[in-house]
Amino acid sequence: MDFYKNRKRWLSRSSLWLWGFLAGILFLGIGSARGQFSVMWRKAVMICMECIGIG
Amino acid sequence: MNKLRFSVQILFTIFTNGYVYGFLKGKIYQGPFKYTCVPGLNCYSCPGAVASCPIGALQALLNQQGFHIPFSALGFFFLFGSLLGRFVCGWLCPFGLVQDLLHKIPIFRKRKRLPLHPILKYGKYAVLFLLVCVGSLFLFGGFAKVPAFCKYLCPSGTLFGALPLLSTNPLLRSQAGGLFLWKLGILLLILFLSIKVYRPFCQYLCPLGAIYGWFNRFSLLQIHLENERCTSCGACEKACPLSLSVQEISCSPECIRCGKCTQACPNRCLHFTMKSNEDSHK
Repeated sequence: MDFYKNRKRWLSRSSLWLWGFLAGILFLGIGSARGQFSVMWRKAVMICMECIGIG
Repeated sequence: MNKLRFSVQILFTIFTNGYVYGFLKGKIYQGPFKYTCVPGLNCYSCPGAVASCPIGALQALLNQQGFHIPFSALGFFFLFGSLLGRFVCGWLCPFGLVQDLLHKIPIFRKRKRLPLHPILKYGKYAVLFLLVCVGSLFLFGGFAKVPAFCKYLCPSGTLFGALPLLSTNPLLRSQAGGLFLWKLGILLLILFLSIKVYRPFCQYLCPLGAIYGWFNRFSLLQIHLENERCTSCGACEKACPLSLSVQEISCSPECIRCGKCTQACPNRCLHFTMKSNEDSHK
């Protein structure tokens, strides 16, 4: 109810950062559920040959 | 403010590249912190890096077989971007620090921008789209997709990853060839240009800057302008290393929030605030 009453405030540009922040947490949660952190970790713990100009 | 920013840049670079053993032995950190990303462009193949590079992570996810929306990398972009915007570039990026230090060398007449800046500034969006996204999805090396930005352009990987690793690891050194020379050439060009022009890589090529720039308009951290007290003297624009006008400061995608404008304002009407403000830059 409070959200509906104050919807202009919640949807204004001054609160967009909060929506972005919440979207970030949501994306991290989805990524975690899909095992994407393991993919990132596997890439990050081996020397990336492309990054150092060998691969 | 300048000293504070410099201290934060140094401390954050040391903190996120603090795996000294890696530098000594020519190996990289393989612990659990690499599940997370640092906010700035910091190659995860740097021997000292304790966390992942967000652009590298994005490409690693795009390099998977088939197409998967890279939620984890997007999550970090949204998290850092919505809180800080391009404050990350100005205060927390190790490669930004290197360019800042080089720009302090008192040779050459300094320039804020390159000629054709209005066109060249879109280069970072082209790099983001063509190399980071399209390149990582469709460019193959053998049967595997390659992280095109890391492979062909990223100077951070050459400086923080390749040079320390190749100097301590003879096996890697023996494999360096044409691609390494290409990347070394790009690094030297950018470093040399940084002495004359303020942060050329950040202004024209950095895909991470392109992403965070999008958040500048509404991120939590802003530089607030008190319109009533502003006399339009132009001191902030003169002090801004990117020549942004008072109306563009903070909300422009180019603003890295270095804070030089807040220091230069004689009426102290520009200051950092933790409140996203929609009235201050109307």
